[in-house]
Amino acid sequence: MAEVLVYVDHVDGAVRKPTLELLTLARRIGEPVAVSLGSGAENTASTLAEHGAVRVLTADAPEFADYLVVPKVDAVQAAYEAVSPSAVLFPSSAEGKEIAARLAVRIGSGIITDAVDLEAGVEGPVATQSVFAAAFTTKSRVSKGTPVITVKPNSAAVEAAPAAGAVEPLTVSFSDKATGTKVVSRTPRESTGRPELTEAAIVVSGGRGVGGAENFPVVEALADSLGAAVGASRAAVDAGWYPHTNQVGQTGKTVSPQLYVAAGISGAIQHRAGMQTSKTIVAVNKDAEAPIFDLVDYGVVGDLFEVVPQLTEEVKSRKG
Amino acid sequence: MSLRIVVCVKYVPDATGDRHFAEDLTVDRDDVDGLLSELDEYAVEQALQIADEADDAEITVLTVGPEDAKDALRKALSMGADKAVHVEDDDLHGTDALGTSLVLAKAIEKTGYDLVVCGMASTDGTMGVLPAMLAERLGVPQVSLLSEVSVEDGTVKGRRDGDTATEQLEASLPAVVSVTDQSGEARYPSFKGIMAAKKKPVESWDLEDLEIESDEVGLEGAWTAVDGATERPARTAGTIVKDEGEGGKQLAEFLAGQKFI
Repeated sequence: MAEVLVYVDHVDGAVRKPTLELLTLARRIGEPVAVSLGSGAENTASTLAEHGAVRVLTADAPEFADYLVVPKVDAVQAAYEAVSPSAVLFPSSAEGKEIAARLAVRIGSGIITDAVDLEAGVEGPVATQSVFAAAFTTKSRVSKGTPVITVKPNSAAVEAAPAAGAVEPLTVSFSDKATGTKVVSRTPRESTGRPELTEAAIVVSGGRGVGGAENFPVVEALADSLGAAVGASRAAVDAGWYPHTNQVGQTGKTVSPQLYVAAGISGAIQHRAGMQTSKTIVAVNKDAEAPIFDLVDYGVVGDLFEVVPQLTEEVKSRKG
Repeated sequence: MSLRIVVCVKYVPDATGDRHFAEDLTVDRDDVDGLLSELDEYAVEQALQIADEADDAEITVLTVGPEDAKDALRKALSMGADKAVHVEDDDLHGTDALGTSLVLAKAIEKTGYDLVVCGMASTDGTMGVLPAMLAERLGVPQVSLLSEVSVEDGTVKGRRDGDTATEQLEASLPAVVSVTDQSGEARYPSFKGIMAAKKKPVESWDLEDLEIESDEVGLEGAWTAVDGATERPARTAGTIVKDEGEGGKQLAEFLAGQKFI
């Protein structure tokens, strides 16, 4: 069976969930070989093996952290040449897409980004994408070279599938371009203790109707009662009420949770693009005409400062 | 010496319009109004600010696209860019990201550059891969997804707000940068700017000018193929209630019924 290269997104050895989803998809089209780079790379092996990696290629060097993207492209290219895979998969993170883009140019292969599903096809893997603000679903494939495909979070279930996961050191020689962009400093983002937005099963978002940063705790309280991530519309982010990293929409994150709760969000195309593939959608908004109500499974027309706290209390009491 | 800035922009179908696909599964550009991709306005804005800070700078705005794509160039010129290059060729129809990056890279080299500025992604394709591809093809540093950018003494610096960390980046020119929608609101063209734009030079190049073979681009030359596109079925109408004091409880009841609580 052909081997499929899977790029591992991890933080100091802790594998992020989208990579485990990639392994599920990779097993549909071949035998997953993981590429894990940087500090803690070897510590990813046991988790990757549990989820189907037959081999784990690892490399660590200061260059991976000290310079932007290109050292990792050099490493993935080395893995590509060593393995001769039938496809190369990346998580659709900012970094994943950039490495994938450069690899595609280097090896002369087509690239598909932001796949939401992947299956084996007669002419190679077929990727499903959600386009035009999720108004259309397309099926695409790479027609030249080795398919390079990036996959969005929540596109597949994480499945246990024990495999050997043998660790093999990867030899990388860095190109002269590797040190082009220096990372002068790196400040890790403070953890909020809430689930990662793109990975969460439930997302609670606030918009213009929240009215100010000082009111966002109302949204956060509901999120915490449900064990949800907190999102924000562009209007709320542009107004400075909530950080851009939490923005849901065309220029922010695309989320596809089991449940999406929109509080005080009108549902402009910009926002819908980021959330309308959510399984269940509910909304609270003052304006009965707000376009968000066209998307909902259940909507409440009313003041969010009345409805949301009441919902939060009800969730808490029902959960005991 | 003059700082030569090239801003890459895309002419896209309006996202608020009813976008769909043509019969050959390329983006239908006929039935929806086109415009300068909103995310590229941020690139034009940052280029203008960098040029303002430089002793001497010249901004060329570059696009690859059909005849109407000139509208996007005019908008950028009216914001304050100095000149424009339009790469237009019938054989470009259906070109994918890899092909577009090839055309842009050749055009950037022909123009001459110290700094290439891109938006974070287009609002139609939304891939966000062009800046990285351009840096790879041009063989220069990539300083991407910046929410803050500055150029001083031949060095470009910027702040990249990532998922897990904020990074300060630095590279020597020539370089390719991309900026996010957090980099600062783009200016509106002034009346004077709009009038001045009409007199600014717009050069048109075709594939022959860039020494690109037609089989390297277009739908036939594409590295990817779209086999099908289906419209997402409209969501079935949900239940809408007016809050009469029990709205939160009603919503909780619904969520409990769906096993979320």
